[in-house]
Amino acid sequence: MKGTIKNIRRSERGTVVEASGEIDLRYQPEFQEALLSVCEEKPPVLVVHLGDVEYMDSSGVGTLVKIAHTLRNQEGKLVLVAPTERVRSIFEITTLDKYFTILDSEEEALAQ
Amino acid sequence: MSVLDPPPADQPTRIRIQSDPGNLPKVREAVRKVAHEVGFDEDCIARIVLAVDEAITNVIKHGYEGRCDQAVEVCVTRVRENGREGIRFEIRDFGKQVDPDTICGRDLKDVRPGGLGVHIIRSVMDRVVYAPAEGGGMRLSMIKLLGP
Repeated sequence: MKGTIKNIRRSERGTVVEASGEIDLRYQPEFQEALLSVCEEKPPVLVVHLGDVEYMDSSGVGTLVKIAHTLRNQEGKLVLVAPTERVRSIFEITTLDKYFTILDSEEEALAQ
Repeated sequence: MSVLDPPPADQPTRIRIQSDPGNLPKVREAVRKVAHEVGFDEDCIARIVLAVDEAITNVIKHGYEGRCDQAVEVCVTRVRENGREGIRFEIRDFGKQVDPDTICGRDLKDVRPGGLGVHIIRSVMDRVVYAPAEGGGMRLSMIKLLGP
């Protein structure tokens, strides 16, 4: 199962990136490059939909931290949506569940 | 990836891979299978798989500095300690040797990319021992026991 960006949707309220597959050492560079490219568009909110992400390791989490820092520096915001229990557990182990905004739906996320 | 000795139930599972990140899913699947057989619940299996994955990722990134053609050996053994079932993982590489005392997780209050792997390994496993291996490289031994 390849880890990748499945879809990117842009609106005035923000940009939604749908990720999928396994985001590990193999696909983290591709994942990071795609998200940094979206950051250059300076969206007010970047929503990363994790519902179809089956696995994520600390390199994927590190990318999300980097993106959150990048957006914060340009007064934007990163919101994570719908991680599976398996993916959510890595945020819990690293206590980053308290750092990231993690919501259930895109609608909630775009209203941030 | 090669499984050197397809084992009977109580024998170790030995896995030898090259340090190519493309081999990680196969190792994760093998670990998931053994953890399931031992009786860990799904949440715990996910954490065990993550910890082993992080250990091998660290070997590839740091021990072999990203080279994809080096050897990594993983030995998975069912164990019993004080009446508790569990699994021991031994991960052997042939890369750089480092002082085990320098391998430690970082302060999680400092939120920045990178450096989370060791924290994850130590959080998930009940016992973690890094040691220089004879002939070069490192040997990491990790044990996870079922709850009492």
